[in-house]
Amino acid sequence: MLVLAHRGERLSAAPKTARPGEPLVSLERVVKEFPVKGGGLVFRSREKVHAVSDVSLEIRRGETLALVGETGCGKSTLARCVMGLHAVTSGKVVFDGTDITRASHAALKPFRRRMQMVFQDPYGSLNPRRRVGSILGDPFDIHGLATGAARLSHVHALMTLVGLNPEHYNRFPGDFSGGQRQRIGIARAIALHPDLVVCDEPVSALDVSIRAQILNLLADLQHELGLTYLFISHDLSVVRHVSNRVAVMYLGRVVEVAPVDDLYAHARHPYTRALLSAMPVADPDGAAAREHVVLSGDPPSPLDPPSGCRFHPRCPRAQARCAAELPPLAPAAGDVAEHVTACHFPLADHELLATTAIGQRA
Amino acid sequence: MTVRSRGPMALAFERLRQDRAAIAAGFTLAGVLLMAALAPIIASLVGHGPGDQFLDIGLSPSGLPIAPNRTFLLGTDSLGRDVLVRIAYGTRVSLLVGVLASALAVLVGTVVGITAGWYGGLVDRGLSRLMDVVLSLPFLVFALALVAVVGPSLTISVTVIAFFTWASVGRIVRAQALSIRELEYVQAARTLGASQARLMFVEILPNVTASIIVYTTLLIPGAIAGEATLSFLGLSVVPPTPSWGNMLADAMAYYRVAWWFVFFPGAALLITTVAFNVLGDSVRDALHPRRETAAAGSREDAA
Amino acid sequence: MTSSAPNGVAPLLEVRDLRVAFSTPDGLLEAVSGLSFSVARGQVLGIVGESGSGKSAATQSMVGLTRGARVTGEALFEQRDLLAMSPDELRAVRGPGIAMVFQNPLSSLHPLYRIGWQIVEMIQAHEPVTKRQARARAIELLGLVGIPHPDRRVDDYPHQFSGGMLQRAMIAMALALNPHLLVADEPTTALDVTVQAQIIRLLGRVQQEFGTAIILITHDLGVIAEVADDVIVMYAGRTMEVAPRRALFREPSHPYTRGLLQAIPRADLAGGRLTPIPGQPPSLIGRAAGCPFQPRCAEAIDRCGYQTPPLDGVRGAVHHRCSCWLTAGNA
Repeated sequence: MLVLAHRGERLSAAPKTARPGEPLVSLERVVKEFPVKGGGLVFRSREKVHAVSDVSLEIRRGETLALVGETGCGKSTLARCVMGLHAVTSGKVVFDGTDITRASHAALKPFRRRMQMVFQDPYGSLNPRRRVGSILGDPFDIHGLATGAARLSHVHALMTLVGLNPEHYNRFPGDFSGGQRQRIGIARAIALHPDLVVCDEPVSALDVSIRAQILNLLADLQHELGLTYLFISHDLSVVRHVSNRVAVMYLGRVVEVAPVDDLYAHARHPYTRALLSAMPVADPDGAAAREHVVLSGDPPSPLDPPSGCRFHPRCPRAQARCAAELPPLAPAAGDVAEHVTACHFPLADHELLATTAIGQRA
Repeated sequence: MTVRSRGPMALAFERLRQDRAAIAAGFTLAGVLLMAALAPIIASLVGHGPGDQFLDIGLSPSGLPIAPNRTFLLGTDSLGRDVLVRIAYGTRVSLLVGVLASALAVLVGTVVGITAGWYGGLVDRGLSRLMDVVLSLPFLVFALALVAVVGPSLTISVTVIAFFTWASVGRIVRAQALSIRELEYVQAARTLGASQARLMFVEILPNVTASIIVYTTLLIPGAIAGEATLSFLGLSVVPPTPSWGNMLADAMAYYRVAWWFVFFPGAALLITTVAFNVLGDSVRDALHPRRETAAAGSREDAA
Repeated sequence: MTSSAPNGVAPLLEVRDLRVAFSTPDGLLEAVSGLSFSVARGQVLGIVGESGSGKSAATQSMVGLTRGARVTGEALFEQRDLLAMSPDELRAVRGPGIAMVFQNPLSSLHPLYRIGWQIVEMIQAHEPVTKRQARARAIELLGLVGIPHPDRRVDDYPHQFSGGMLQRAMIAMALALNPHLLVADEPTTALDVTVQAQIIRLLGRVQQEFGTAIILITHDLGVIAEVADDVIVMYAGRTMEVAPRRALFREPSHPYTRGLLQAIPRADLAGGRLTPIPGQPPSLIGRAAGCPFQPRCAEAIDRCGYQTPPLDGVRGAVHHRCSCWLTAGNA
């Protein structure tokens, strides 16, 4: 039986004021580029999608690090680089002290047990032609850990752990609801008690009333199994509830990293402010009173990112320096070392980015 | 919950059972199968073997085939042989070649298709070119050439037909494998550390079987027609072994005076191929049901 | 059953006891069971619900987009019953009367025809104008919704637009014939947050500048809080609560509404454990009697299990109604 936490208690295992744990995963200057196929017969197009550009991040044991950004920011690609699903173009990926950047398929196999992934789409992440018991038995089968009756009892235990009826192991995914399927996906990910679980938008495709169930489940499992989470989301409201630290990405780069409460209360980067203000809040009066920043235009394409700070074309505070010089990730004045921002002109607490009310409700 | 969990295959079977066209086709094919199986019994019942020539009672005074009567239920052919019995034995040839050639084609095509679709890159390009070449070879010319070298037989029939059809299966399977490969559950299996072979045959293959089944049931009538063509040209079974194709070849010269000689083998061929086609269509509909209306809330999609 | 419209003025759209059912191999699926609401001119009505709530089926059935469904009830648009119209009459209403914007603009627009062409075609189908006039209007509309360089973009194909721009183009197309009512079904769900903010702002402008009434269907209570005048909360094909926006958020009456508000994560509040609504939405096939939310309701009483509560006023407020035995009799 899982011990359920009390309301108001921090969800993640690492209290925010404690010293950070050792790094479990270290990303050093990771770059991932995808060549764009096509172009003429003679001259192959040399265009590249700059999905991830020079990202250095640390994921500490026991914490939940959130990776936040919109479409095209590279967060999913980065996560897959951590998992070894993509080979990085340059840079290093270090897992618990071992450099796994260039590891072969065979060398990577033991690490596969230690990091797993929960996918976004509850409908696409389970093979519709296989029974749930068989899907959940995969980890044990692939790594030769249990067979037959032993495996079945593991499967039963897993299903109970995530809140499913173990008697349903012979059913097909199609017989389960979206929330239940996501539970199955989570069960599959934690089957071998990994160190790291990458959650790629695990609740985005679920109904609102189900999201809280799954988020609570993830929190309980982290507590019970001592998991470390890399939590990817575009939804800042969800992120607030589950993370210790948050890293904001824009167009392949990290623009701000901070402990969670710091980020929401003292966002320094204009893009972070814009994201925070764009979040719809279920409070009509709060909605009117908030600072509203409505960015113009769409995020530029990762095929041809802007020079210098990639956000400068849309930034209300941009100056000439921003287009010329890439800002480093460093703490802004007065911030703790944990809170870093990549901006030449970070926002102070009292400064507002812009004031434009959405919809102008009376 | 009292709902019994039925897998996608079981559900498809349910749908099939309720499809009247499928049932009619099914019964027809059962009849055809029965005829093939019971050919010797039919022969002994009427007392005529497939190769027995009844030059006295089986031919008219002027040496022409006689019309259906009480002795020869479907008439006789140019050599006084019982058309009914020959059709029955011909069924064996058609079904044998049809099913065997299709099965072989599907087997080879599936393996090649999944391999090409899964690995991509050079492997895919090489195999795809191979399939393109095979598909562009002319069937009859090639068959003629091959038989000229090796001599006609049942084995040649099966081989040739399989050779010309595996590539179309391969293409379809490859296309499906390519799209399934990108689905999240395949990625999930990869992150678990599954080997390439496991990914291909445990994750991808079950999702391709639906198409394979449909395609097989649609390949068979083509194979049967292919065999009929080959034997029409004398490239398949050797006479006096009857097959619908060579019966039709013989009948060509007599169509004005012996309609039954052309009609019954032709009808047998037509009925069998139509039945397989109808069944194939129904199988396809059963495996890929199309929703007529967008049922509200049938998919939880809050994102 | 009026909304907060001034007395005496007939509502633009009045829906009475709408029921939409689909026959499936497993039985009759009741997507909508007795929905009643009204929309006044120039008003924004928000319909909130999760999957299976029937919110999409309700509006789609009104404009004849649910083939094969059994639809009963009344949907009076400008005094004429949409459900009793012939397909031709409906087609005349769609466009100049009621326009729809869907969730995924990529699948709502034909990928092989230029945007401008699609808008022009629609205008010409309803109004006797020349192609040049229609094209000028199309360019005007694209500019209106905030697409830069509309004279150039009018000849682009849908795939050349980003998600946000495409949704704007959809709204432009919907506005082409000056509809009195715009139905937006999850228009921002597939979009990024910053783009979503732009689109919501655009919808607000549409309402203010053109006086277009809007039915905004969404699962996102935050979006509702930004733009809606009145809100309907739907669950399993039924109305659970109807209220003006502030009243809904400040004094939610129905346990489902309260549960939703408690269950959603909030960026503006400190983190902590969430209080989910236990269980799952019910099957819409072969419905049991009583309140559909009862299996998941922490406050359910016996009566909830076998008798469906009517939609009654809450504490005497005419405009705030709730379908719950706990609040019934509070009128």
